[in-house]
Amino acid sequence: MLASSPGSPRSGVGDVVFRNLARFAAFSVLLVLLGVAVTLFWRSWPTFHHFGWSFLWTARWDPGRELFGGWIPIAGTLISSAIALLVAVPVAYGVALFVTNLAPAWLGRPVGSAIELLAAIPSIVFGMWGLFVFAPWFAKLEPWITAHVGTLPAIGIFFRGPPMGIGMLTAGLVLAVMVLPFIASIMRDVFTVVPPMLRESAYALGATSWEVQRHVVLAYTRSAVLGGIFLGLGRALGETMAVTFVIGNAHQLSASLLKPGNSIAALLANEFAEATTPLHQSSLLALGFLLFAMTLIILIGARLLLWRLENAQGKSGL
Amino acid sequence: MNTLYRRRRFWNRFHFSMSLLVTLAGLFVLGWILFTTLKFGVAALNLSLFRLDTPAPGNVGGLRNAFVGSLLLVGLAVLVGTPLGVLAGTFLAEFSRGKRLGMVVRFFNDILLSAPSIVIGLFAFSIVVYPMGHYSGWAGAFALTIIFIPVVLRTTDEMLQLVPGSLREAALALGAPHWKMVLRVTYRAAAAGILTGILLALARISGETAPLIFTVLNNQFWSTDLNRPIASLPIAIYQFAMSPYADLQALAWAGALVTVLFILILSLGARYVLRRAGRS
Repeated sequence: MLASSPGSPRSGVGDVVFRNLARFAAFSVLLVLLGVAVTLFWRSWPTFHHFGWSFLWTARWDPGRELFGGWIPIAGTLISSAIALLVAVPVAYGVALFVTNLAPAWLGRPVGSAIELLAAIPSIVFGMWGLFVFAPWFAKLEPWITAHVGTLPAIGIFFRGPPMGIGMLTAGLVLAVMVLPFIASIMRDVFTVVPPMLRESAYALGATSWEVQRHVVLAYTRSAVLGGIFLGLGRALGETMAVTFVIGNAHQLSASLLKPGNSIAALLANEFAEATTPLHQSSLLALGFLLFAMTLIILIGARLLLWRLENAQGKSGL
Repeated sequence: MNTLYRRRRFWNRFHFSMSLLVTLAGLFVLGWILFTTLKFGVAALNLSLFRLDTPAPGNVGGLRNAFVGSLLLVGLAVLVGTPLGVLAGTFLAEFSRGKRLGMVVRFFNDILLSAPSIVIGLFAFSIVVYPMGHYSGWAGAFALTIIFIPVVLRTTDEMLQLVPGSLREAALALGAPHWKMVLRVTYRAAAAGILTGILLALARISGETAPLIFTVLNNQFWSTDLNRPIASLPIAIYQFAMSPYADLQALAWAGALVTVLFILILSLGARYVLRRAGRS
């Protein structure tokens, strides 16, 4: 490429200055990401040193006696995110299917735009809706859940509990609402890059719309759909405000999803500014580091999966 | 044969009915959230919102100091983040095409783009608040800048990639140095796209709460000193929404409504800018 040959004879002082400024800015991004990893690890080292690996699976959290273990918020983060994905992924898939396949263009486009706009709404608004509107409504539904779902064998134990409205299940559902627009818009983008020729060939062979979606579109976009789900998971794991309002912020982990619990992000939001002893602060930072490590792995996976489709397409835009 | 045909038709109809159903459910819930914000927000909206500072429970008050604090924090992030983000995007699109370094930066920028904002807040705490020994507006602005840059970087990169190579070659053929070519030709061609990125990034940081909780903390009183804890809109909303007092909760809803409207206007504005540029 002519425009980027670095040693071209005409490159004067202006070029050198401009290129190095740009390079510095680009490197600062790498530096920040590296800085986050190193700083958080360094600041949480006292905790890892003091408690060792058992920090990961110890449940006690006693700031008074300086005994810290991360199991409850770690498990809470994973459980609330799992509930969110279980609910949001099928719905997002349905929405993307509707927008790309079922709706006529005059309807599909505005619905798609509306969903994209909703992805921009700050999470604190989802949290407030969860606390003031959804939780009171859900509290009325919970006795019914306990009575009907709670009596089922095997899964019943998860759905028995006090009808408080807030708790792990509520947090998962509010999270689901939050990541829904996000996953749906990625799936929609992914479905629209399928070459029309592939769809049309399948239709010409007599396939129904669903069969085209199932065997052609999904087969072509499988890795990117998975990538979109991973991105949603990354978002759900680290989501703070939507969860803090409704998870209950109780340091307990119970089989019942109706009971309050805690997540890493919610614990940080609640305790970090008040943590006074170095070990308490370091333990919270250690949880932050673990959260960062978890999302980092998931996001790297997501990006690699999404890039696979982009490279197959030979263009960017996802 | 006939039963096979029927079965296929049934599954086709079943899946698309489910698709329609969940879309309606999804849109209903999202509409419900907007309606809630509008209902509670409008009920609490009045002029003293912009004239008075955040009150103690039971007193009349507004969110003036929170608006000004947010404006300072967000403004600073935009001021610092825009040149850095645009320059970094320029590096990817103009100086490292097809090179591995560019791919690496692009990849990790995408990671930073989706990193949890509370972790960015922890980072800002560790390298600004901790060494300084106290919470400050600077730390919050720093955290917001880190969230701002990746969005601008990515859109700048994408938009510059869309500029046709023939434009660049024409400028270079006329004897323009590379930097002048970028500043005068490709930036101009991609200006609307870059502006879109800045608007979207601004929308993104306007509602960010998590990275501010333990960087700027909060300040109940009027202050514009970035060296001290300062009030900000998201934190004011957070604290008032969590409080047990109805009047403070009403203020929180008013603040939430203003934030949502601001973000929706920015997002719609970004779309409008991009569409108008695409037409010409």
